[in-house]
Amino acid sequence: MKVAITSTGNTLESTLDQRFGRCSFFVIYDTDNQSVAYIPNPNKEISEGAGPASVQILAENGVHKIVSGDFGLKVKPLLDSLKIQMIVVKDVQKKVSEIIQSLSH
Amino acid sequence: MKIAVAGGKGGTGKTLVATNIFYVLMEEGQQVELIDCDAEEPNDTLFFKGEIMHHNDVLLKVPEIDTSLCVFCGKCKEYCNYNAILMIGFSNYIKVIEELCHGCGACTAACSYGAIREIDRLIGEVNQYRISQHALLTEARMRVGVYSPVNTVKAALKLNPEPYMQIIDAPPGTSCPFIHSVVHADYVILVTEPTPFGLSDLKQTVETLKGMNKRYGVIINRVDVPNNEMTDYLKKENIPLLAEIPFDRRIAEVYAKGGLCAQQILAYKHQFKNIVHFINQEICK
Repeated sequence: MKVAITSTGNTLESTLDQRFGRCSFFVIYDTDNQSVAYIPNPNKEISEGAGPASVQILAENGVHKIVSGDFGLKVKPLLDSLKIQMIVVKDVQKKVSEIIQSLSH
Repeated sequence: MKIAVAGGKGGTGKTLVATNIFYVLMEEGQQVELIDCDAEEPNDTLFFKGEIMHHNDVLLKVPEIDTSLCVFCGKCKEYCNYNAILMIGFSNYIKVIEELCHGCGACTAACSYGAIREIDRLIGEVNQYRISQHALLTEARMRVGVYSPVNTVKAALKLNPEPYMQIIDAPPGTSCPFIHSVVHADYVILVTEPTPFGLSDLKQTVETLKGMNKRYGVIINRVDVPNNEMTDYLKKENIPLLAEIPFDRRIAEVYAKGGLCAQQILAYKHQFKNIVHFINQEICK
């Protein structure tokens, strides 16, 4: 299963990006084969609708879970209807590698 | 004649100036309309009591997608400039995010399968009140959660009962709602305050108005100690200083009770009358 983690950079040592739609990178972690892919977020600077546009990218990539600091009001019903689970982590120091580790438990 | 009251920064006293100018004109017996274009937070009606004369809803055409006709080709999504359509082709999933839709109709034009029809979405309302025999107050009020007040502002300005003189209370900022509020004005009063924020936002507003070829002047509100930076800027740009309103506790007291200082304090009645007189002369030049 693919899990997306919003990240401030494109390494495993980068920290969790607290913003969903305007994060710097999406880290796509596949729990089946432990593969990691990095997608730079093209919606970071767009004027409006960054949340739904980011949902589009992750849903097209077959993501079933998303870990981020927060999810906006427009995004929540979309993710619910797509049956994509939202996981909120409020710890700004949390590294991507630590999140991946806790996912495999 | 149309006078817009604007000024970039919020909380500088646009509503104070607009309501008091409206009051002095009304008292002179002029046919005058005050239009509250601060649709996100209209409050001019707090200062005047009147009978409602007109009400209309402001609607936006948004798409509704019939999934039994949709082939998930993605053309509507591609045409949409505002990310208002979300589509996951392989899941046969398509959804309109109404809050992001600007009602441009591009998606409807893009669809070759007749899967999109346009439905009305309520985005705001316009109310008009009669304040006196010759005076009207029109209020633009957008719905909470709507992205842009522009259509609601335009609807309020369009009621336009000629030959009424119009006082337009513009929203803060220099973006679309401001532009639409001042675009038809003959004169723009810029209300600012003697602070770095006030000056910074004033400069942005002036630059915008230069591009629009508008005549404008400045009122500095809540003046206690002179701000040379502000007055130097006005001199350098050759912008008329219409008035300086002092930092006077009495104004705050009157305002907080929903009163008008031009009605209750004689000195301010004269000040607002002088402003109107000056603008009249400027426009007739």
